[in-house]
Amino acid sequence: MYTEKVMDHFTNPRNVGEIENANGVGEVGNAKCGDIMRIYLDVQDDIIKDVKFKTFGCGAAIATSSMVTELVMGKTLDEALKISNDAVAEALDGLPPAKMHCSNLAADALHEAIKDYISKKGK
Amino acid sequence: MERIYFDHSATTPVDREVAKVMLEYMTEKFGNPSSVHSFGRETRKAVEEARSSVAALLGAAANEIFFTSGGTESDNLALKGIAFANRKKGNHIITTAVEHHAILHACEYLEKQGFTVTYLPVDENAMVSVEDVKNAITDKTILISVMFANNEVGTIQPIKEIGQLAKEKKIYFHTDAVQAVGNCHIDVNELNIDVLSLSGHKIYGPKGIGAIYIRKGVKIESTQHGGSQERKLRPGTENVPGIVGLGKAAELAKIELDQRISHLTNLRDKLINGIQEKISDIKLNGHKEIRLPGNVNISFFYVEGESLLLNLDLKGIAASSGSACTSGSLDPSHVLLAMGLTHEVAHGSLRLSLGRGNTEADVNYCLEVLPQILERLRSMSPLNANSKLAANNPCSQCDHH
Repeated sequence: MYTEKVMDHFTNPRNVGEIENANGVGEVGNAKCGDIMRIYLDVQDDIIKDVKFKTFGCGAAIATSSMVTELVMGKTLDEALKISNDAVAEALDGLPPAKMHCSNLAADALHEAIKDYISKKGK
Repeated sequence: MERIYFDHSATTPVDREVAKVMLEYMTEKFGNPSSVHSFGRETRKAVEEARSSVAALLGAAANEIFFTSGGTESDNLALKGIAFANRKKGNHIITTAVEHHAILHACEYLEKQGFTVTYLPVDENAMVSVEDVKNAITDKTILISVMFANNEVGTIQPIKEIGQLAKEKKIYFHTDAVQAVGNCHIDVNELNIDVLSLSGHKIYGPKGIGAIYIRKGVKIESTQHGGSQERKLRPGTENVPGIVGLGKAAELAKIELDQRISHLTNLRDKLINGIQEKISDIKLNGHKEIRLPGNVNISFFYVEGESLLLNLDLKGIAASSGSACTSGSLDPSHVLLAMGLTHEVAHGSLRLSLGRGNTEADVNYCLEVLPQILERLRSMSPLNANSKLAANNPCSQCDHH
């Protein structure tokens, strides 16, 4: 049911973990749905220097989290904000239809982390 | 890579002897049992012998066994057949919240037809209380349907007591015994069962065949119409290879029952104890002792079931889970929720259902790889013993669930 790319990111997820002094953290999903994604950012001069994730969820949830970190590493915040959930799914060569809603939230988590960074910076 | 099958509650491999006899009734002895000629007579004889074998496994008489296409059909026939035939007597049915969907969805259908259904709750072990059954009975109650053993968590219900109660109140008692047949001693007279559903492919028989036991004298009507097969209760040319296969599987189940129970109980307890020793933050789902001999169901906190299953599958172990992702819906198992588990604990459930082909080496291998998988998944999870679960951070589309 999953593509090779999904299974690759599921079995060898990139950038798993936390960033100790992250200046942006975003979380989406909830335990009721069975998916929680948390993204940690280290942003310097509007560029994502480092990004890590922690995810509770199914194969698709873990693979999309991993993929989104790979897509935004080294990107500017403007570039990162343009990445959508659909783009993440596409980068994985697609997800099963049933997973498109519930487990395809990694870009949302990223955007939440960027918002968190911007609001902290504003203060 | 060697593969280990721990999903016998989903389906079992067909026994070689069963397959052998089935092949004979497809290629050589292919007659229609309704035919007068010798081809027909030899298959008629085989069908009746199979009926006797199924009856013997349940302590029933052969003429109380009717062949169907499987557990779902038997459940539908039991509920709809009894409900419609006894409509004048009453319109109330009692069942439980943890039944298989074949029962629950048939009940929902009957509600639309004007019947009233009481869905009894269960305790934290998925056990139904006999007292609750008693209190639910009204003068309109025509049928009580309580599963023998739960397919997900393995809990065995107080069937004998419920049967006794139903008998005293003169209410029909049906049990979905799809998981219990071949795994538990069942005598329909001793247990006061009036109607019982069973399936072939859960007892090393083929898919597409099942049976229903109907005590002599029970008022039931057919749900499909056609010829006079199965005494008009279940018309349609008999699935002879399936019936013969089920008969053989039932015969083997009767012979091997004690041996199977002790083998499976031994492996089950070894697996449960091993997991409890090696992995922290877990919960055994279902009753500790009063459970199917081959059923292990455990929730692993902070991880999700599908990712557990995928990891086990990569290691060659086939299992199942009650998480939403594997149930094909967006909600986790209705059984686990009815037992009072929170969503996140239900999402992290794993069912390992053992079968007669499993060995101690299989269990040891599982106990070796499972802790590694848990460690890996937990290291990736944002949840841990200190997490406050975020009810305040719902996903944007959850209202649709």
